[in-house]
Amino acid sequence: MAAARLAMIALALLFIGLGIRAGEQGIVFDKAVRVCLECIGVG
Amino acid sequence: MKKRNFRPLIQTLAALATNANLGGFFTGKIYQGGAKYACVPGLNCYSCPGAVGACPIGSLQAVLGARKHWFSFYVFGILIFFGMLLGRAVCGFLCLFGFIQELLYKIPLPKLKVPEKVDRPLRWLKYAVLIALVLLLPMFATNQFGVGAPYFCKFLCPAGTLEGGIPMVLANGSLRAGLGAQFWWKIGVLVLVVLSSVVIYRPFCKYLCPLGAFYSFFNKLSLLRMDVDREKCVGCGKCGRVCGMNVRVLEDINSPECIRCGACRRACPTKAISVRFGLTEAPRRAGAKKVQQSADIDR
Repeated sequence: MAAARLAMIALALLFIGLGIRAGEQGIVFDKAVRVCLECIGVG
Repeated sequence: MKKRNFRPLIQTLAALATNANLGGFFTGKIYQGGAKYACVPGLNCYSCPGAVGACPIGSLQAVLGARKHWFSFYVFGILIFFGMLLGRAVCGFLCLFGFIQELLYKIPLPKLKVPEKVDRPLRWLKYAVLIALVLLLPMFATNQFGVGAPYFCKFLCPAGTLEGGIPMVLANGSLRAGLGAQFWWKIGVLVLVVLSSVVIYRPFCKYLCPLGAFYSFFNKLSLLRMDVDREKCVGCGKCGRVCGMNVRVLEDINSPECIRCGACRRACPTKAISVRFGLTEAPRRAGAKKVQQSADIDR
């Protein structure tokens, strides 16, 4: 189980790295710094 | 000696830390700093004027709904990371909306115990919400430009209405002018969740929350886990009776429904329940028979 846990944590970090490389954090940021009209029920 | 419960303090600090832009509630402007590149662990609307981070469920829908990505490595990576560290302790300690539901449940009114034959099937609803509203619809139900809407936020999320919608609408006249059926639908959902939270412990977490559904997959594997010492357990069944999430503590202490609130641990008269953080399992001891008897009482 310890190996599985380590592997999952490594996978999470790999995913975060791949996401940053693909620029996904930019989409998250763009969405988060503008008022999301759908989220608040207006759009 | 009675065990002290630090959880409300941690929940308060987590709520303040993830909503530190308090001035936003007065100006009606949301925080636009670099911290919003990162997702917070709990359900916390990024359109809340106080929010300093991004909501992971909103972010997931945003990336999946964007034309250029078919999968969100970034948000899944963050969610798996939090899930692997804490499992649903995120729900129990770090989620603002979970905390709000708990506070509502403290209102001294008669409480409702949902019958098990209703409760158990309803628990699956949150997985359907995760799959349909958070993953599939934003990916496949797209507009003419190939962009998918955040369907969970748009039609269901009461946290968005409470933390983002109401404060933003109160502070901005231009938003008030744009209110329509969708807003009132979401207010209706919020009212339903708030009222049910007064009589049922964390109904949104139990039945609808897609974030809780995601973290539940990690409860057995996460570094933070609960453990029952089978030698110390006397089978009194107190742990099962105090569990607000209706976990069968002695059968499955790391159940997908356990939010690690620690109520069972505090109730245990023999200190048989412990919390563990680490890669390895607790050493197994004898006494399975005794625990089986306890499980029967628990049911």
